[in-house]
Amino acid sequence: MTAPVVELRGVSCQLGTAPARPIVRDVSFTVAPGETLVLLGRSGSGKTTTLKLINRLIDPSAGEVIVAGRATGAVPPFRLRRGIGYVIQEVGLLPHLTVAENVGLVPRLEGWEPQRIGARVTELLTLVGLAPERFAARRPHELSGGQRQRVGVARALAVDPPLLLLDEPFGALDPITRAELQREFKGLIARLGKAMVFVTHDVREGLLLGTRIGLMQDGRLVFLGTPDEFRRSAEPEVRAFLEAAA
Amino acid sequence: MNLVRFYLDNTREVVGLVGQHLLLVLVSTVIAVAIGVPVGILLTRRPAWRGPVLGLANVFQTIPSLALFGFLIPLPFLGGIGARTAIVALVLYALLPIVRNTYVGISGIDPAVREAARGMGMTDGELLRIVEIPLSAGVILAGIRVATVVGVGTATIAAAIGAGGLGVYIFRGVAVVDNTLILAGAVPAALLALGADGLLGMLERRFVWR
Repeated sequence: MTAPVVELRGVSCQLGTAPARPIVRDVSFTVAPGETLVLLGRSGSGKTTTLKLINRLIDPSAGEVIVAGRATGAVPPFRLRRGIGYVIQEVGLLPHLTVAENVGLVPRLEGWEPQRIGARVTELLTLVGLAPERFAARRPHELSGGQRQRVGVARALAVDPPLLLLDEPFGALDPITRAELQREFKGLIARLGKAMVFVTHDVREGLLLGTRIGLMQDGRLVFLGTPDEFRRSAEPEVRAFLEAAA
Repeated sequence: MNLVRFYLDNTREVVGLVGQHLLLVLVSTVIAVAIGVPVGILLTRRPAWRGPVLGLANVFQTIPSLALFGFLIPLPFLGGIGARTAIVALVLYALLPIVRNTYVGISGIDPAVREAARGMGMTDGELLRIVEIPLSAGVILAGIRVATVVGVGTATIAAAIGAGGLGVYIFRGVAVVDNTLILAGAVPAALLALGADGLLGMLERRFVWR
């Protein structure tokens, strides 16, 4: 068995010092290369926080997060994050940069040669189905929501990171564009063989894209298993999600 | 037209005073930007300092300009009679709009954009250079524009402490009750203010992002 790309060991997260309810409580899981772990849950269940614990946009208050064999606390945050693709809903693109500049941003931070960045941008735009000659010079506001999200995926893949984190990447799209992107994305992830953590509240999306499903409720991981196991589970929160989607 | 004849008769002096006036405003605005923009950026990193720093800048703003020039004259190094004192006073006036707009511009950036940038692995310096300054450039320039326009007006008072500029005609005109002389200083000062406003406004509009 290949070594996991991400491992969470008993991770909890509590914001502030008040004895408030922790946002994430004692969560553990691993994600191996080629696996897509879908974190499913209601709003406020802690799934986005769990994602941000992986790239240290939020620090855990207990437990350990290991990415590519190293505890995330032992690496400078910017170093850690450049090795992790990050796609978020809608606003992730920088409005003052062109599509090409947005996609080439992390390579630029990494000090790549301009020619190498240009070649990589062309390759990535083609990969996500945007003709480079038509789209490279546009700015984000000149794109449709679906096109913006494709650029977001291309940007996350720029330096070929072993791990992608996706926070409701298709959440703001109309149902038709959404279904189209989900289908394409499924094909893309099969070819790329990356480890992914994908946050969504849409069960159908989770069952379509996930190799495993993790269901969160009140900060806990109440279910972790394959989509088939998920469909058969007797866990009440799982039933609630399946019934809502039926 | 008396004014036209006045300018024809005193062309060399007028050009010299306009030059002095522009120099006062230019030097003081450049210094105020060099101080104000970094201070504004610092405030976004240390929100606790915001109150005291903006408060202090506000206090400078409320001191009547003639009084501020007067206060500065006896100070060692900064004070005395002449352009240097005038520039110090003009810098103090220009700081508030620049500091405030820098702070407001950067804090007004969508937190999601900032978080996405950090999530991509930008260091604090890269975040500032690649995201925060370009995205807030329009608001910062608006502050510089206000500071410059106010500076053109305030610089006319600088003649009172021997710093020259178009105020020389205004004070002379007031002293001898000669409206033509007052206008000879006031009209070009107003045109300079309008010109600065127009130019900086054009620059500002280039930094509008959707």
